[in-house]
Amino acid sequence: MRMLAKKTTAFNSAARQFLLVACLVLGFTAPLGIAAESNWHMEPFSGDLENLPSLQNGWRVYMNYCIGCHSLKHQRYERTADDLGIPHEIALENLVFTGQKIGEQMTSAMDPSRAKQWFGAPPPDLTMVSRVRGTEWLYNYLKTFYLDETRPLGVNNKVFVNVGMPNVMQELQGIQTSECIQMPKIAENGGEMRDPLIPGKAITEERCGQLVLQEGSGQMNPEEFDQTVYDLTNFLYYVGDPSRLERQRIGVFVILFLIILYVFTFLLAREFQKDVKH
Amino acid sequence: MAEIQEKPAGRPDKGLLGVLNWFDERFPLMETWNYHMARYWAPKNFNFWYYFGVLSMVVLVIQLLTGVWLTMNYVPSGEGAFASVEYIMRDVEYGWLLRYLHSTGASAFFIVVYLHMFRGMMYGSYRKPRELLWLIGMAIFVALMAEGFFGYLLPWGNMSYWGAQVIVSLVGAIPVIGPDLMEWVRGDFLMSGITLNRFFALHVIALPLVLVMLVFVHVVALHHVGSNNPDGVEIKKNKDANGIPLDGIPFHPYYTIGHDLPAIVLFLIFFCLVVFFAPEMGGYFLEKPNFEMADPLKTPDHIAPVWYYTPFYAMLRAATFPLFGIPAKFWGFVVMAGAIVLPAALPWLDRSPVKSIRYKGALSKIMLGLFVISFFVLGYLGTIAPSPVATLIAQIGTAIYFAYFVLMPWYTRVEKTKPVPDRVTG
Repeated sequence: MRMLAKKTTAFNSAARQFLLVACLVLGFTAPLGIAAESNWHMEPFSGDLENLPSLQNGWRVYMNYCIGCHSLKHQRYERTADDLGIPHEIALENLVFTGQKIGEQMTSAMDPSRAKQWFGAPPPDLTMVSRVRGTEWLYNYLKTFYLDETRPLGVNNKVFVNVGMPNVMQELQGIQTSECIQMPKIAENGGEMRDPLIPGKAITEERCGQLVLQEGSGQMNPEEFDQTVYDLTNFLYYVGDPSRLERQRIGVFVILFLIILYVFTFLLAREFQKDVKH
Repeated sequence: MAEIQEKPAGRPDKGLLGVLNWFDERFPLMETWNYHMARYWAPKNFNFWYYFGVLSMVVLVIQLLTGVWLTMNYVPSGEGAFASVEYIMRDVEYGWLLRYLHSTGASAFFIVVYLHMFRGMMYGSYRKPRELLWLIGMAIFVALMAEGFFGYLLPWGNMSYWGAQVIVSLVGAIPVIGPDLMEWVRGDFLMSGITLNRFFALHVIALPLVLVMLVFVHVVALHHVGSNNPDGVEIKKNKDANGIPLDGIPFHPYYTIGHDLPAIVLFLIFFCLVVFFAPEMGGYFLEKPNFEMADPLKTPDHIAPVWYYTPFYAMLRAATFPLFGIPAKFWGFVVMAGAIVLPAALPWLDRSPVKSIRYKGALSKIMLGLFVISFFVLGYLGTIAPSPVATLIAQIGTAIYFAYFVLMPWYTRVEKTKPVPDRVTG
């Protein structure tokens, strides 16, 4: 046991030294790389690929707030416009700001080497971010930016701790801060606890690290912003695997065909099995 | 009414039969067909477990066909591989279907092959005179594992990269020659596009060729010695006056159409349910970190192989202490390799007077049950991050896995077996 403890301490100090050196060497960029585990309570997300208005709005938001830094380089404008039910001319006029052609891939105008200087790491391509991180992660990540003066860009995130990305949708959402506030105490069975002496009065406790929105600081109210983030996440869900709907539609017919084929092959097989004497 | 004319003595030389006849005079067409299909006498008591041989062939064909079409659009280079897979998924007509059929096929291959092997272990299909048949099957299994390993690097995702890195680095643990050998295997100082290119060559040419030839030899050997059956009774011992086994029925049509065909369709239903509705299979068939391009500077939080390698990966990690001054990593490699090839020794480890588990004693049944449990537990442990408890359980599981084989000469001899019937039962 003692040996083990000794080894662990040795490992810890070695690891600490390594981290220290790494921080010193990498300077600005190092803190971006150390993504601490987040224990943020995630709100559920359920994508809806048949909700075209949502996907269209999501694409609009993406082209206005995201494509400047994050490419969708595996996906083409034309495919996206067709799948989302947007005529090519309207897509080109309203959504393509780079003068690209409709058949081209959605690249970002940002120079990756410059981006690395600015943010510490080039902003990743997001074509498959919904498949790598999951849609629930994305939805919560986009909603949980808050002011944090200790960070180089002045903002931090509850889901992606110490993220290197600025809060690009702050003008829409408004300013959020992380505070200690009084909240209803939660009983073991999951319900809110009430004061037994004063009917209806909640028993509260102070909980820290809660997000508080400065009212009126954004262009949207919380419901509108939630819907916007939902649409954006829904769009990224679509881009992650654009053939999903078509795949499921064809799949129904394939399975139905195979079930009918099974019935006939089963009956045919049974005729042959009648010959076999056991 | 005109007299019925006698048929000519020879076979017809006109029409479809004539064409067949023309070929048959120049190639043993009917002879081969009869030997392997219409006059191949298979025991009449095949059950559920006898579907997985033919299903392995079905999956092999799926993999070969989808593989050919994927290769048409795949770019085997460090720069182009990842993007070309997404090109297939988005821009190639039905490319997503080809890719998901191939990725689901990889997992399906191992499911049916593991069940096929388990059938052999249960009913003693490796016993005399089928030792060579079993060895050829083991060679197929090893080739299949290599095929899957090389193929897994090709999408050039981050898990592809680091998974291959972990396995290739095992070579580096070999004493003295290890580091140089590892460089030789990779063709570079680190995993790179050069490694990708050689893995591509092995995956699309070398190993498929080996696999197809081995499968052919496997079937030839099977049809030479005849199929075993759930009773482990040799049907060739009881023949009628024409030399046809009394318990045998023609493979075609009674097994082709009368047994296998609906099973193949049923298998395709399950297969297509995955392909069309859950191709990622919750991250088990397609792992999340693999949707990110390979990055030598970014190790995934938790490197785990695809599910079909995890029992062996858990055994690799279960070796945690150095021995004879050689690091634990090397011994892990030895344990893993041992676990993969040890089943090849089964024909000589099993000393039981009976073949089938139906007539073996309690010890054999308990050991086979423990073996299956250890395989599943190890499979699960291989998917999770290591912890002291998990490592301990993996070590116990590894011990049970090896005990099944190593103790077999003892427990198959001391146990009391049941009498074997002369003819197959039901």
